[in-house]
Amino acid sequence: MSDWPALDAFLRTDPADVGCDEAMRVLHVYVELVANGEDAATPYQGVTSHLRACGPCGDDFEGLLALVTDPPADGVRKSLRRKLRGRR
Amino acid sequence: MGGATPERSLDAESAEWVDRLKVAAPHREAGVRDLHGLLLRAARREVRRRGAVTAVTGRELDDLAMQAADDATCAVLAKVDQFRGESRFTTWAYRFVVLEVSHKLGRHFWRQPRAALSEVDWNRLPDVLGTPPDQLVEVEELTRAVRRAVEDLTDHQRTVFEAAVLRGVPLEALALQLDTNRNALYKTMFDARRKIRTHLVANGYLADEVREEVSDRE
Repeated sequence: MSDWPALDAFLRTDPADVGCDEAMRVLHVYVELVANGEDAATPYQGVTSHLRACGPCGDDFEGLLALVTDPPADGVRKSLRRKLRGRR
Repeated sequence: MGGATPERSLDAESAEWVDRLKVAAPHREAGVRDLHGLLLRAARREVRRRGAVTAVTGRELDDLAMQAADDATCAVLAKVDQFRGESRFTTWAYRFVVLEVSHKLGRHFWRQPRAALSEVDWNRLPDVLGTPPDQLVEVEELTRAVRRAVEDLTDHQRTVFEAAVLRGVPLEALALQLDTNRNALYKTMFDARRKIRTHLVANGYLADEVREEVSDRE
């Protein structure tokens, strides 16, 4: 019997895995649960399984989570707000 | 798990976005402009985040962000009536731009010179998966066993496995080349992985943990 854990992990499949389409359909809901520190893995077990196994979907998850937890700043609005505050 | 996602009443900010973007909304143009600005900032952030692993740089990367923001804006406007508040509006809208960036970077893959040159290389397998340095001989033997298992796959499964694993083609790029989609390719890979594992277990290379767990209980 051989022992190559990375190969074993790569070949292992989870019947609960929902696939890319379903994972992407609910990604916004899943990401918000994760971002809020709530349990996403229990209600979305098949999505969790998929995001672990699918590199591209996992990358999409990371991207959306980064945008939600640290939204890109609106530079123009921020500077405008600062100016308006300064005039008061 | 499939099924419906829970609907919630819209939070104030989400409700304001939806009101401003409805077809009959007064001053809708301003709402669309703000939406595009939001998605452009998100697209720029996302292409920068992914930039480290792509060959797209500089102005081309900014053009890609602009195209992603344009297309995501159109998608959001087309589906705003379907938004049910399962998440905040901005989270829902960001999802469109993340998927657009992912898709467009897949297109760019084929414009890189190395894409046309890459060939099936079985030596990549240990590098792709990570090789335990003290088990090189074992890994070579297992690689040969995987190769024999891959020969038993269907032509389509073998094509997808070799491209995705041994030629390093991203699934999004491969989907474009094979005129299919990421989900279909993932299912093909899913079946291929399961078949290869079954072959390796049957030939004594990997442990069938499910059976072992059952016999442990007996």
